Amino acid sequence: MNDNRTIALVAGVLALLTVATVIGQFLKRHPDRGLDPAAIRTFNNRLRGWWILCTVLAAAFWLGTTATVVLFGLVSFWALREFITLTPTRKGDHRALFWVFFLFTPLHYMLVGMNRYDIFSVFLPVYATLFVLARVAFAGDYKRFLERTAKIQAGLVVCVYCLSFAPALLQIPIEGAANADRSGNFRLLFFLILLVQFADCMQYVWSRMLGQRLVASAVSSNRTWEGLLGSATSTALLAAALWWAAPPFQLWQATLAGLVIAVMGFAGGMTMSAIKRDRGVKDYGTLVVGHGGVLDRIDSMCFAAPVFYHITLLVTGAKPG
Amino acid sequence: MLSPADITETQPSPVRPGSSRSPFCRASGLALAALARLLSGASVRWIASQPDTCQRVYFANHTSHLDALVVWSSLPQPIREVTRPVAAKDYWSRGFVRRWLAEEVFDAILIDRTDIKVHQSPVDMMLREAGTSYSLIVFPEGGRSVTGEIGEFKSGLYYLAKKRPDIELIPVHIDNLNRVLPRGEFLPVPLLSCISFGPPLWLERGEAKLEFLARARRALLALKE
Repeated sequence: MNDNRTIALVAGVLALLTVATVIGQFLKRHPDRGLDPAAIRTFNNRLRGWWILCTVLAAAFWLGTTATVVLFGLVSFWALREFITLTPTRKGDHRALFWVFFLFTPLHYMLVGMNRYDIFSVFLPVYATLFVLARVAFAGDYKRFLERTAKIQAGLVVCVYCLSFAPALLQIPIEGAANADRSGNFRLLFFLILLVQFADCMQYVWSRMLGQRLVASAVSSNRTWEGLLGSATSTALLAAALWWAAPPFQLWQATLAGLVIAVMGFAGGMTMSAIKRDRGVKDYGTLVVGHGGVLDRIDSMCFAAPVFYHITLLVTGAKPG
Repeated sequence: MLSPADITETQPSPVRPGSSRSPFCRASGLALAALARLLSGASVRWIASQPDTCQRVYFANHTSHLDALVVWSSLPQPIREVTRPVAAKDYWSRGFVRRWLAEEVFDAILIDRTDIKVHQSPVDMMLREAGTSYSLIVFPEGGRSVTGEIGEFKSGLYYLAKKRPDIELIPVHIDNLNRVLPRGEFLPVPLLSCISFGPPLWLERGEAKLEFLARARRALLALKE
């Protein structure tokens, strides 16, 4: 991974993070600038999160494809844990859940690691679904049957299946002599992660600055149409500025991909908000105190990853697997 | 009524906590505590309360076979060394692994639920085993709740408090562990649970049994929020 584009990308990100950290620390030390201290705190917390994210990603990238797939597998496992913890299940779901956690999730990521697109693209949506339906039926509890199985299935699809398309990007064959060490694929994955994070952040900024019309006030009190529009535009612009880093894309394709990533990320955030709201109203929701977590951070990623994966397939014209 | 001084007289000289166990058992204890924490995803909260090695009785709601293990492993290591779970003999002495875990690793106090005699009351046995240095983990409902609701407390906690009024009683609320390993299941599902430790309480002077038990139960329920 020692070609110029990768070095440029890494250096750019490091420079950006350093500048942002310096600004954040400056604002923290000088609270008399008329800025909202809560916003500064949020900004600094987010920055810390990004430093950790970048460090972990760099380590995984450096260790290679398998390590990256394993890393995403662990993230999926933890996110699914949070998802199922937040959703009420009944005792009749217990054994189905056991297999979901300890068989289907690891096996799916193994298939991703083995680059078996032909199997992993249907493994969870078809086979895990059939298994969960049948296993819950065998357990003999028919109360709210469809509702319960749908919850497990939604958790699997969002937290495991969708997220796994991010590391699957590493397996897409990209033409070009400069890609013998797959550094192009790693840049592609980083491109996705960066844009998703950026879109999240821009959504917040634009909503705060110009936000007037809430998309759905009952679901989220800070996601506005202005935020969506602003985030889509800024993300598309950043994607255009970084198009050289994502190997298979031409300028307009990268721009379009940025736009789609921002919209999908927004949709993911809305979806998770709806689930949390539902649980928050019905329940006191102390179950994940101190775990406020992984799922909140990756919701946008889960929605953007599969779409970005298939856009890349379309653009490269490559056969997966 | 016994005063603490009477108790100590009938005691064998207190052993130094933790010293009786072999290094292997202590290592197993550490490994098991880590595994339990990982598997149950337990977040630990101390609400208006602090971890301390002073002698205490932790009383918790009972929802799963993992309860004793997870509460024990939620305690900081030095406190774990002086804390012994009180568990049912009929479950924990069955089979080699369970017996080994109960006797050697957790140093549990096993109570025979089927054979309770007047002279050999479980409360006396617990206090004898606790001596002047060990803390106890007890489940005052007397069994695992089926519904997940917290049932009425049995009177054991009251007699513990009455016979040793100097011991701090700490309510411990266990949340969601019944979904990790429900009654009748043997394979765990790794959901996230939450263990909350509350402020200590004592038996008030002249407090009636039912009053005290209801107050203790309320203290436990208050941690649920």
